[in-house]
Amino acid sequence: MDMNRRKFLKIGGAVALGLSIAPAGKVLAGVKGNYAPNPEALKAKNWAMVIDMKKLEPDVEACIAACHKEHNVPDIGNKKEEVKWIWTDDFNHLFPDEAHERLGEKYGKKQFLALCNHCENPACVRVCPTKATFKSKDGIVMMDFHRCVGCRYCMAACPYGARSFNFKDPRPYIKEINPKYPTRTMGVPEKCNFCAERLAKGLLPACVEASKNGGIIFGDLDDPNSEVNKVLNSEFTIQRRVSLGTKPKVFYIV
Amino acid sequence: MLEKALIKESNRKFWVWILSLLVVIGIAFLAYIGQLREGLTVTGMSRDISWGLYIGQLTFFVGVAASAVMLVLPYYLHNVKEFGRITVVGEFLAIAAVIMCMLFVVVDMGMPMRVLNVFLHPTPNSPLFWDATVLTGYLLLNLFIGWNVLEAESKGVHPPKWVKVLIYISIPWAVSIHTVTAFLYSGLPSRHYWLTALIAPKFLASAFATGPALLILICYLLKKIANFDAGKKAIDKLALIVTYALIITLFMIGVEFFTAFYSQVPGHMAALKYLFVGYHGHAQFVPLMWIFVVLSVVAVALLIPRKTRENEKTLIIACAAVFFAMFIEKGLTFTIGGLSENPFGGITEYIPGVSEIIICFGIWAIGLLVLSLLYKIVVSVKRETDFANGLYNSQETLKHS
Repeated sequence: MDMNRRKFLKIGGAVALGLSIAPAGKVLAGVKGNYAPNPEALKAKNWAMVIDMKKLEPDVEACIAACHKEHNVPDIGNKKEEVKWIWTDDFNHLFPDEAHERLGEKYGKKQFLALCNHCENPACVRVCPTKATFKSKDGIVMMDFHRCVGCRYCMAACPYGARSFNFKDPRPYIKEINPKYPTRTMGVPEKCNFCAERLAKGLLPACVEASKNGGIIFGDLDDPNSEVNKVLNSEFTIQRRVSLGTKPKVFYIV
Repeated sequence: MLEKALIKESNRKFWVWILSLLVVIGIAFLAYIGQLREGLTVTGMSRDISWGLYIGQLTFFVGVAASAVMLVLPYYLHNVKEFGRITVVGEFLAIAAVIMCMLFVVVDMGMPMRVLNVFLHPTPNSPLFWDATVLTGYLLLNLFIGWNVLEAESKGVHPPKWVKVLIYISIPWAVSIHTVTAFLYSGLPSRHYWLTALIAPKFLASAFATGPALLILICYLLKKIANFDAGKKAIDKLALIVTYALIITLFMIGVEFFTAFYSQVPGHMAALKYLFVGYHGHAQFVPLMWIFVVLSVVAVALLIPRKTRENEKTLIIACAAVFFAMFIEKGLTFTIGGLSENPFGGITEYIPGVSEIIICFGIWAIGLLVLSLLYKIVVSVKRETDFANGLYNSQETLKHS
């Protein structure tokens, strides 16, 4: 082989570079430990929710309060930057495809509970450039607040307005900090997580627990015998903006 | 060759210009420190309008960057010799524009210190990941190409062969950067204003009007202040490109109106109504949109007749009109207008924050700074080669006069 000084230095340099960055592979691949799941954890393949507004009506405020308290959701106090995981809005606003111009105020302005739909085909997960928003094995659309770069693409993609952004440090706006759930930093979006942290401990979501009359039914969509499927088979239910193909997993009994 | 950016210029105005840009950048940097500390609350963005001035201008300047291909393609593929003198002017404009794009992305991020997560956790299903990738690639391509071609010229030799390969790659690559930027928008369910396959072609067409229009303005400026003449033929050719691209752009904007208002589908009409006549009592962008319409009409009227298109004065007016019209349509109202109708059927308005505007000016200043230094190199090299070729004699005539 014809080897001159220049070529030798080139090859030598490439080898040295290769050797020096080889260990980085291990770091980049991530060290995976083993964790035993809590034996009491609630398990499902595809968590879903049915909201029965008639039964839920008296508990709506309690549901919202329970969720926001549980998850340290700040009360920013202005509409521009408000943070909300679960809230109520008019039927007209939440179900634009079902509402029509002649729908009277009685139903048009009826309040419905809104939250992340944990879509089976989530647009927010599709657009996230870092997989900071992802779908868990049990069908929950989750967020990694520590990976998120705060580009807000997920907010533009979500057709349900489910996401809020921390435009400023949220901590001063939390009335009472719940030490069991992390607070967020400014610069990342957040939304309902179907109480993944409670399910892992064997507890039902905070809103489900707060709906004392059974206004919210929570269960496994992939289990034909689940409570959710029983209700879906026996009651007339609707969903928000079905035509978009996101396959939401929050159903409503009108 | 880099030293040419720094060597003493007898022209004092140049350094005053550079210094004033640095002052603007300094002020904007302070504003950005403020944004880092306070959060994006200093901007006009909100829960509903989650993208504002920053992403709007990112979109616009991707177009400016992509438009370099309007010089490179005719010159290298169709042997349009008139562009030989200014392809590097286009490539360096692309470099400055891509740098501005990257800065607009970073200042828009809530967590800019994590920006590398985009590459540490590559996510091919996200158009934003691709946007970051193709923009980085495009920046490198233009740096290598522009630099090597110019360096070869300054040494009076032909550029190395591998540069030609990069040049051919850069042509579809330029198209890709604006296509991917269009895909940021056109694949989102429920954003009616964006959910159309026309976005990518419209973006490309408007880019090919805006970029060459800006290049014409730059050429006149370089002629006036740096005695660098691009040549009348090159300008005429560019003006023709601007004319066709502008008409195609306006055609594509126009056909959206037909689809929306003939079909009468409310979602399709909402954003157009909001932007051009007002909707639900909100009419924030109506004056801007009509300025866009007037500027477009003026530009078309001046560009179509050959007489005004090839007249320096009217061409300058037309190019400025094209640039500002497209800046309004793409840089200001496209992004914000698409988000204005929130998911609950209401309209949210957008008033940019003071810091937000200052930061935008800072990024413009950085773009101008990069452009000024790069063009200083170009002008110095061209001056030397012109001198060597015996074409450069204006100084001589000056001496004798």
